[in-house]
Amino acid sequence: MRPEPSRSTCSAKETPPVPDATELELTAQELRDANAESVLDTDFHRGRATLIANPEHVLVVLGALRSKGYTFLASLHGCDYYPHEPRLGILYELLDMRRVDRITVKARVHTDTPRIASTVELFPGAEFPEREVYDMFGVVFDGHPDLRRILMPEDYEGFPQRRDFPIGGEPVLFTYNDETSYGKWQ
Amino acid sequence: MTSGGLTSDYRKREESITLSSEPVGETHELLTLNIGPHHPATHGVLRLLATLEGEVVHDVKPIVGYVHTGIEKTCEGKSYWKVIPVVERMDYLSYYFNAMAFCGAVETLLDVEVPPRAQYLRVIHLELNRLMSHLVWLGTSALDLGAISMFWYCFRERETILDLFEMSSGQRMHTRYFQVGGVIEDIPGGFAAKLRTFLDEMPTRADQYADLLEKNQIVLERLHGVCPLSEETLLKIGVTGPLLRASGNPWDLRKAQPYSSYDHFDFKIPVGTVGDNYDRYRVRHAELYESVKIISQALEGLPEGPHITPDRKIALPPRHELATSMEALIHHFKLVTEGFRVPPGEAYFPIEGPRGELGCFVRSDGSAKPARVHMRDPSFVHLQALAPMVNGAYIADLIATLAMLDPILGGIDR
Amino acid sequence: MEVKREKLDAPGAPTDFRSRQLLARDMLRGDLEGEALQRYVEERVMTTTMDKAVAWSRGNSLYPLTFGLACCAIEMMSIVAARMDIARFGFEAFRASPRQADLLILSGRVSIKMAPVIRRIYDQMLEPKWAISMGACCSSMGVFNNYALVPSDKFMPIDVHVPGCPPRPEALAHGILRLRDKIQGHRTEGWRERYDAVGTEEVIGDEAGTVAINVFGEGDTAGA
Repeated sequence: MRPEPSRSTCSAKETPPVPDATELELTAQELRDANAESVLDTDFHRGRATLIANPEHVLVVLGALRSKGYTFLASLHGCDYYPHEPRLGILYELLDMRRVDRITVKARVHTDTPRIASTVELFPGAEFPEREVYDMFGVVFDGHPDLRRILMPEDYEGFPQRRDFPIGGEPVLFTYNDETSYGKWQ
Repeated sequence: MTSGGLTSDYRKREESITLSSEPVGETHELLTLNIGPHHPATHGVLRLLATLEGEVVHDVKPIVGYVHTGIEKTCEGKSYWKVIPVVERMDYLSYYFNAMAFCGAVETLLDVEVPPRAQYLRVIHLELNRLMSHLVWLGTSALDLGAISMFWYCFRERETILDLFEMSSGQRMHTRYFQVGGVIEDIPGGFAAKLRTFLDEMPTRADQYADLLEKNQIVLERLHGVCPLSEETLLKIGVTGPLLRASGNPWDLRKAQPYSSYDHFDFKIPVGTVGDNYDRYRVRHAELYESVKIISQALEGLPEGPHITPDRKIALPPRHELATSMEALIHHFKLVTEGFRVPPGEAYFPIEGPRGELGCFVRSDGSAKPARVHMRDPSFVHLQALAPMVNGAYIADLIATLAMLDPILGGIDR
Repeated sequence: MEVKREKLDAPGAPTDFRSRQLLARDMLRGDLEGEALQRYVEERVMTTTMDKAVAWSRGNSLYPLTFGLACCAIEMMSIVAARMDIARFGFEAFRASPRQADLLILSGRVSIKMAPVIRRIYDQMLEPKWAISMGACCSSMGVFNNYALVPSDKFMPIDVHVPGCPPRPEALAHGILRLRDKIQGHRTEGWRERYDAVGTEEVIGDEAGTVAINVFGEGDTAGA
């Protein structure tokens, strides 16, 4: 499954091995056999495999993948899919070091019930990334040992990386608005 | 040897030969010490709440966010090529790597081929950046340990590397050299010669660093056997890079999942045995030699060809074409005003940065601006490994371990 | 051979080495008198006011505070390094404690979490103190105009802004030297005079036992 070294392009066709579409479907089928509603969908785009999991069963899916060999959590991050509902997506990038395979698990929750189970017992390295997803998107991880803001100040209100949060910043100053807009230190 | 009958328990314990097995009673108290965010030894603005018992650290809680810049949110409002300078400033010592991860993710989404010359040029600059990052790490870590002269020697080499960067792109840091589809400009005339001179002297210089540090009893005692962490714990936390290689696992994305023609080059992966501070130092020091090997192979084998993809919908046409070709003018205009559009999709592109797996997740919604850019920074994940590492060590070892962990707060806080 | 005779103690005396040597010999013997003596003294003795002397010495011995925030900190480390050596100007003694430093070089982006910390450190520095805002991010917002950053002008007085992203070591050195000129020119001013902020001092009350003001209030562990 590894590309031959003689090819010198860097396109997705010769990308290092990820489960190809059939293997992804087999994995999804296995998970569906174990638990019918755990995997909602699969997606294979540009050589990257994504399992779209039901947020209520995300621990089951991740545990099953971990026992299949994907023991390394490369990344845990959030994404706001505004305006598509459910808006908040939590993505888990898993890596199988022995077979050099990557797979993504995506779970999407709504903004009014942004709760999902925490994966800190399965992958202890998820502690800080889950705090970051909470800080930036407002997703509450049930079972996280210490869920509080990590990047913003403790008492900050709002979840900055949601798409409807304004970008903020200082107004650009010109001579006409220099005195009024700029709170210069007096 | 007791003086009369007024010996206290303490005196009796002092004279006992099994003092080391005495349990810690309720007479000892735990002190919470706040280290940082402004502290001479923290690498950047890292705040640590250390729980100490005497000089022994029981727990360390890192508090980050003091240089949070909102990079990921800023990227959402800029067209793809404007994101590159923003993303470069994340992990500010490995700016080419940040750009490479982002460009790789966008190139995956666009399904565009990077020409071989551009890939080799990327490898040259990436490895030069790895050298530079390790040199700054070495200089500042030695500064933390007290070996202050190392700083000047390492920065002398760093200046030469920055001269090379300035030659190829015009800027010393945050060069905006990597673009989606290749690199922005071909290397100028004297670059290869200057690079060869540098490569000839770099291994000798690396030997000199080793000579300076490794026979020094103080450095050896501060690094040998200090704060090891087992490979399984590191893997559970998600640690990659030189920290994982120091504990014996030879995982390196340049060999495991090669990108940008890394599979054309012959180089070794330095691996440690115990995983203590000394191994972490040695692994990074040995990587200096390997990077020199990669760069010389890339320089010798540099193929001819374009330095950026010929697809005019993604890369700017060369300036001389603008005078003669109307199509080139239109492409230039579209690219500069709106930028290229990326078909909808999501991609996660991991590369091997100097600190570990640096990944970039890009979600595009079909427009000319990304809908989400997330950088998976290695230092952010590695900071979780600090608490298990220093549990039970002295506070001076905490400082040394923090130096060997090589955290870059720009990457942690983004 | 032509022989030229010139008077050494006349106003248009030649200034070559031999003539100066002869003048010095006369001075040592005590033979210089009147106008010649006056001219001799004026050429060699610097008369100045105390303020100017103090300002000259302050400007030439700034102790910067080790305060690196982000990318600009790496370039600040470069000016300490050997190529662009700031030790030639006398500023290589970077102090870690704000009580011992008098120059705060804000190098890097100032996030909203860090701003009160910086203000507290600036307050801990003793007068006279100066601040350089290095780089585009702390002078203005730089590349990142968003919710997370604050320009340093908003919470502390800055004397010199050095633009660049990051500024080259030469640019930072230029900024520091401009600051030095500013210090040596404005002799007696602490920052309150410079920024017309006299009257903004916090005066501790007369209650016995008040020895320090806690800026953040009791038990505050901001950011923990």
